[in-house]
Amino acid sequence: MIDPARVLAVYRRNLLVWRKLAPASLVGNVAEPLITLLAFGYGLGAFLGEVDGVRYIVFLAAGAICMSTTMAASFEALYSAFSRMQVQRTWDSLMNAPVELDDILVAEWLWAASKATLSGVAIVVVAFALDVTRAPTLPAVFPVIVLTGLCFAAIGLVFNALARGYDFFTFYFTLCLTPMIFISGVYYPTSALPPWLETVASVLPLASAVSLVRPLVTGEWPADVVAPLALLVGWTLAAFALARWLTRRRFRHTL
Amino acid sequence: MSAVIRARGLVKRFGDHRAVDGLDLEVPAGVCFGLLGPNGAGKSTTLRMLLGLSRPDAGDIRVLGHEVPREARAVRERIGVVPQLDALDPDFTVSENLIVFARYFGARALAARRDPSALLEFAGLAHKAHARINELSGGMKRRLTLARALVNDPEVLLLDEPTTGLDPQARHLIWERLRQLLARGKSILVTTHFMEEAERLCDRIAIVDHGRCIAIDSPAGLVATHIEPIVLEIMPGRAGELLPPIEPHAGERIERIGETLYLYTADPARAAALSALGDLRVLRRAANLEDVFLKLTGRDLRD
Repeated sequence: MIDPARVLAVYRRNLLVWRKLAPASLVGNVAEPLITLLAFGYGLGAFLGEVDGVRYIVFLAAGAICMSTTMAASFEALYSAFSRMQVQRTWDSLMNAPVELDDILVAEWLWAASKATLSGVAIVVVAFALDVTRAPTLPAVFPVIVLTGLCFAAIGLVFNALARGYDFFTFYFTLCLTPMIFISGVYYPTSALPPWLETVASVLPLASAVSLVRPLVTGEWPADVVAPLALLVGWTLAAFALARWLTRRRFRHTL
Repeated sequence: MSAVIRARGLVKRFGDHRAVDGLDLEVPAGVCFGLLGPNGAGKSTTLRMLLGLSRPDAGDIRVLGHEVPREARAVRERIGVVPQLDALDPDFTVSENLIVFARYFGARALAARRDPSALLEFAGLAHKAHARINELSGGMKRRLTLARALVNDPEVLLLDEPTTGLDPQARHLIWERLRQLLARGKSILVTTHFMEEAERLCDRIAIVDHGRCIAIDSPAGLVATHIEPIVLEIMPGRAGELLPPIEPHAGERIERIGETLYLYTADPARAAALSALGDLRVLRRAANLEDVFLKLTGRDLRD
């Protein structure tokens, strides 16, 4: 049974560490997607002009929001959670207190999603401040960011449960995340892809997130809300269930 | 007094290996109970099963009246754990480590959460309240881990090799604190492979080997029951020389390790008689717990 009070206590532990390291952490989470947005958006945008009927930087803003969320969730659920689980043995200490593995896993999941949300929202704020977009539909981006954060945090925890060391995460980033970013409509429309690859992309969670965020950034409501939402929720639930199963298996072996 | 921990017929298998193999354990309230055994004897596995962190393949466990692992959370609210590795939070100060850990116990550790100064005082770390963990010595870290195990004012303390890796001064300080806790009415279960620690600290000792308790008694009781009262350590007078043949009398035992013979005897005149055999160095001492331990668990290396 999950005990919400214990989940909150573990979440607050991570929050307290983060508050001490917040400046460096924020720079890491926000700077890279921000630089991508500005460099590609203004730089490349000058050559490209309009993409899908909007200025390139407006087109890219939606991708940058989703990418920033995805990367932050992944970093936290992989490197940071792994440090706490394996290197610092924080999880072991927690389990000597009346905290169960499920409490810890839920806390890590919510925590990684929170940091992801912060990173995604930071890009929205920058895009708003730079007048890239001031669409009235912009607030509706927020729940999509939260859901995307939850989704990639859960996927990250699957790989965390399988990892033997930090090196393992390189595989996930270079073989899973990077290709996914390139085929999910972050930098260019998925319609530019060969049809078979477009089909592959359409079932991936990042493409679903982008397909929801992009119209909201340009001031329209997404034509299809149900399918991408269902995909994101499906990926999230499946990944979290798998992460829970794998993590319990991992701890059964070491204990 | 009733037992705070009672385990019957515990079995834990890892593949074909039986790490714990039918272990029975009963820790009475208010005593310090030692689990003494070589590496791999099943001590740590037993502790994890008592905490509900590892599910026994057979047997039943009751801790403070709760059934484990079914009610493990209730058990862990009422006991304190000092694990083998400190696992303190390196991102927090000394007092933050206590405050954050106290939150995991809910209402049970409210006092420590609001003001950890009494615990810091107890651990001799009041002057280090705002220090970072990497500024602490090994002994200080160990004491902080002990203080952390006390945030919930536990009735029972489980300690897994609490003084391994500490220098003698730090070790004595830990022992002294543990005796204070016993005087306050806490019960303690401690695993160790330090004979001195077991002899000084424990009221009762279970010698564990191959996942079973092979002897349970007080330290003095173990020595009286299992071993001859006098030990003669016999070495050649000069390095490189051979020992003359020495035959055990009735009721005596002889063990040889390298160039040294260990003669276990009840005869107080035996040492003088040996000197007549030639140029020997004979060290006479009273039998101790280590002799019992080596007799019962053998002298083979356990790696």
